[in-house]
Amino acid sequence: MNLLTALARLLIFPGLLFAVPAAWFFLWVERKSVALMQERVGPPFMQPFWDFVKLLGKSTPPRPGIAGLLMRAWPLIAVSAAAGAVGLLPVLPSSGGFEGDLILLLALLELPSICIIAAGFSSRSIFGEIGSAREAALSVSYNIVFLLAIVSIAASQHTFRLEALASAPFTPLHWLGVLAILVCLPAKLHINPFSLPNAEQEIYSGPMTEYAGPELAMWELSHGLEWVAGTGLVATLVAPHIAIPWGGAWLAACIFVAISFGVVLLLSALAAATARLAIDSSVRFYWQCTLIFAVLAVSSAIFMRFRS
Amino acid sequence: MKLLKRLMCTARRRSPWLFHMNSGSCNGCDIEIVAALSPRYDAEQLGVRLEGSPRHADILCVTGPVTRKAVGAVKTVYDQVLGPKAVIAIGSCPATTNVFIDSRTLDGPLDKHLPVDVFVPGCPPRPDAIIAGVAKAAQILAERGNKAPQPIVAIAAETTEEVNQ
Repeated sequence: MNLLTALARLLIFPGLLFAVPAAWFFLWVERKSVALMQERVGPPFMQPFWDFVKLLGKSTPPRPGIAGLLMRAWPLIAVSAAAGAVGLLPVLPSSGGFEGDLILLLALLELPSICIIAAGFSSRSIFGEIGSAREAALSVSYNIVFLLAIVSIAASQHTFRLEALASAPFTPLHWLGVLAILVCLPAKLHINPFSLPNAEQEIYSGPMTEYAGPELAMWELSHGLEWVAGTGLVATLVAPHIAIPWGGAWLAACIFVAISFGVVLLLSALAAATARLAIDSSVRFYWQCTLIFAVLAVSSAIFMRFRS
Repeated sequence: MKLLKRLMCTARRRSPWLFHMNSGSCNGCDIEIVAALSPRYDAEQLGVRLEGSPRHADILCVTGPVTRKAVGAVKTVYDQVLGPKAVIAIGSCPATTNVFIDSRTLDGPLDKHLPVDVFVPGCPPRPDAIIAGVAKAAQILAERGNKAPQPIVAIAAETTEEVNQ
């Protein structure tokens, strides 16, 4: 039974069956809201789906040798890691099964961006290498803040278990942590003002420049899944825990989707309203402006733990 | 199987990604391509996306009369676009070499080197004509699939408004 619940979580909700359409939907919301803010009509509702299907039907250039094999493998690893991260989110009240902890979730969330770095370097394109170097520099800067924020939430609750964290009572520290995660999400999702790695018009498509066809489709999907996982993480931390035995699951799922949608709208509006920052400004933003708050959050969490 | 084929056909028709290639254009047509994506004309309604890398594109938009220097680049970029693909010649230059005809610096027109699917005439063409051309090319792409491109071609008419002027 436990195995069944774990599989259901990974494959149905909030796993693949929910996450893939949600990924396409969030990609559409991102493009549509940018279009609306520019007074355009924007792409039709099914656009990300059509793009995905079309890319699956395109051919790929021949890629001989180990480098070719690696280039084919990176997008698949990225998609499976992002899908796994979505599957781990503690959306529904616990009913046994596999319970991953926060560390596993963070590792899975981080894997797509490592894959992007590796993909850019293994494509051996100059634009890919520039994009990868930028992604690496950016990842070093935002991850410090991101990890400190999560550690502060975990330390204040004395646990790394996702279930316990999701149902934890709200404290000011909790909100500070959520805020820090929100500040890091644009960099994690490569959207403006931190769209440096895949900067269009500047370095073509960054690490994705050499990718085509089904491989590119996988990158698009993994980007969408990262949206679902990133906004879902915020949603599970913010959503009130519902303990109603019947109907609770549906309500919890609806609240999760609604909050994720709100976060997507917020981030898309930010992306449409801002321009791309240069790499030094982005790095300076994370190291100088937000790191202080993250350190404050962690130190107060540790302080509170000693006091209690 | 038939259903899958139809799905793929619709997907190709509804998601044309462009790559813009300048082969010695005066920049007039290039500006009009950008205008076609601007809020006033909003080609994204048709699923159009201007891509930075030819590897991602389905449709190659060529402007300019193809100078001698540009021939190699045009052929290389055409080979970098992966199939199924289509080519649009935007403006009068790639169609006929326009006012630069008989210039010794040219090796045009474009269909001497690539199989062109759609010509969008005009100097420069209006953004509506470019969007009509892209829609036409996407339709051709969807119907042709992976088959080799035919020598012929469609001409995206200018809007009636333009003709009346």
